[in-house]
Amino acid sequence: MSIAMAVYFGLKLSGEDQSIYLVGETTHGHHQIEMACTLCHKKAFGGAGVLQDACISCHGEEMKLVEDSHPKSKFTDPRNAERVAKLDARFCVTCHREHRPHMSGPMGVTLPQDFCFLCHADIAKDRPSHKDLPFETCASGGCHNFHDNRALYEDFLLKHSDEPDMLPIQKVAIRKKTSPVRPVSNRPLTPLTEAEADASFEMKADVHLMAEWSGTAHAKNGVNCSDCHTVKNQETGLEAWENTPNEHACKTCHDTQVKGFLSGKHGMRLASDLPAMTPNIAKARMKDDAGEKAMGCVSCHGAHAFDTRKAAVDACLVCHDDEHSRAYETSPHFVLFRNEAADSEKAGSGVSCASCHMPRFVHREEGVDQVQVQHNQSWNLRPNEKMIREVCLNCHGLRFSMDALADVALIKGNFSEKPRRHIESIDWAKKRVFEKKKKQEEGRGESSRSL
Amino acid sequence: MNQQMKQLSRLFLLGVVTFNMAACNTAKVESAPPGISPQVMADSLHAVMEADRTVYTKWIVNRLQNEEKVIKASEHWKDDKALVLPAQMFRMGAERVAESGKVSFSYSLISLWPVNKQNEPKTEAEKTGLAEINKTGKSYYTEETLGGKKYFTALYPDIAVAPACYSCHNDHKDSPKTDFKLGDVMGGVVIRIPLGT
Repeated sequence: MSIAMAVYFGLKLSGEDQSIYLVGETTHGHHQIEMACTLCHKKAFGGAGVLQDACISCHGEEMKLVEDSHPKSKFTDPRNAERVAKLDARFCVTCHREHRPHMSGPMGVTLPQDFCFLCHADIAKDRPSHKDLPFETCASGGCHNFHDNRALYEDFLLKHSDEPDMLPIQKVAIRKKTSPVRPVSNRPLTPLTEAEADASFEMKADVHLMAEWSGTAHAKNGVNCSDCHTVKNQETGLEAWENTPNEHACKTCHDTQVKGFLSGKHGMRLASDLPAMTPNIAKARMKDDAGEKAMGCVSCHGAHAFDTRKAAVDACLVCHDDEHSRAYETSPHFVLFRNEAADSEKAGSGVSCASCHMPRFVHREEGVDQVQVQHNQSWNLRPNEKMIREVCLNCHGLRFSMDALADVALIKGNFSEKPRRHIESIDWAKKRVFEKKKKQEEGRGESSRSL
Repeated sequence: MNQQMKQLSRLFLLGVVTFNMAACNTAKVESAPPGISPQVMADSLHAVMEADRTVYTKWIVNRLQNEEKVIKASEHWKDDKALVLPAQMFRMGAERVAESGKVSFSYSLISLWPVNKQNEPKTEAEKTGLAEINKTGKSYYTEETLGGKKYFTALYPDIAVAPACYSCHNDHKDSPKTDFKLGDVMGGVVIRIPLGT
């Protein structure tokens, strides 16, 4: 019996289907790659340290960029040894244990939601407004996050405390026409005509295809057919025509965008050497006929037209079928998007699916500001306060943004009404500062009188 | 015979010298273990930290913010496009050292009047040490066990070396003390060196 089992599991271990080893359902964050066991379990032994390396290899950069409020270095300091004994926050898996569906809460946290209590039990001493607040509301009430508090820290609340619901100027960043960072070749970026396309005679005869290409920024910037369709064979090193080039071809010029795509839920399977993500394996609700569409760059951008406006709404709604997505086309955001597309509103005023979920961001490269699209749609999704700085504050005040993101029903309806919830953070911050300043001034007055 | 006596005398002398050298070496080993003592190491680390901290505070922050008024220093330096505060500069360095994983010592900045409550004294050594350096203005050394590990712990007074230090703390909404002045001990630098293996 033992020998039979050993043979069975041995064969399974070397086979492609390793589902027998899956010890429990994985979270929404990892379910797509759960069959690539060695991505996380890089070594058979080594415990939390090995898993930690795996966590950091995918999430480490993000933690730095969001200025993690609880970095590991805080807990490796011996003065915090007592805290580590209560909550070993040196390791991600202390709070985020995988394969524990019965314990997993929002953000894949497997601790009881009141874990802040372990270190901040005496918070009411310093913040009387927090007296009697249940600790499970720290992170679930829209006020704090364990990692990313860039839009929630007190001085930020104060700085934005008097903003109206709608800012006087409501505008998202405009993409720069010169967004490709690296040119495809040493040729000058001069426009190409259909006659100059270097595809085969049969392909050039496809009027629709040629019209799509000639209308793109590709043709206008000298990117010819062969620039994308010539692919180097990894084994032989020889270059040959490829009818359906993949993200590696796009990466030649759009490396930041492809990196983002591979980091998010659309591309993480490709990044893990697994077959591409398909809507039928998604946990979010997808349209029945979206089925097995394999996710790659062209599944949203189209193979030759590369219409970014289509990619920003229509492409999403081909697959996504949840309440929020279905409500988009009846939302005020869609009206703005439609009006911008019809040129009846100024550039940057429209709000598409991508405006929020794949926002444009400015980053400085070699001293030059670049406006690019964040292609990792998971970047700002959870907790949703991550959207505040890069998305909501382009058009809305902070108070309105916090309230809106805390209103679950409003989100489902795609922000078609005003928020019905109110997050008191800003009110409390203002009150505390007012009282503190008053106290300090009284103290100064007393000491000058006593002199 | 004379020649033999001379030979014997030379051998005796060589023996005495060799014995004495061996004795001296043994005495050295017994009196001071090889390597740098934790205190010398802590003092040396602190000398570098204090020098860098003073240079940054005086010649970058105080000069550019308080005197020449060219640029501000801000707690939210990224958002405000401002200089990093001297205390943040110090902490960032400490975090980079911790993250490097190359060394086992650690250091931090604490105070009896911290702007951030997380930086008030926590361990007994910190509480006693801070009280002591505030009283004497001199460094304080002790040993402590934290998380089952033994440490040589040194505390050094952190002094207001420029107006930028006390003006910022006195005006900060979260500062428990608002009457710091130049030369005051505002807090302490803690250096911990693990002892044993």
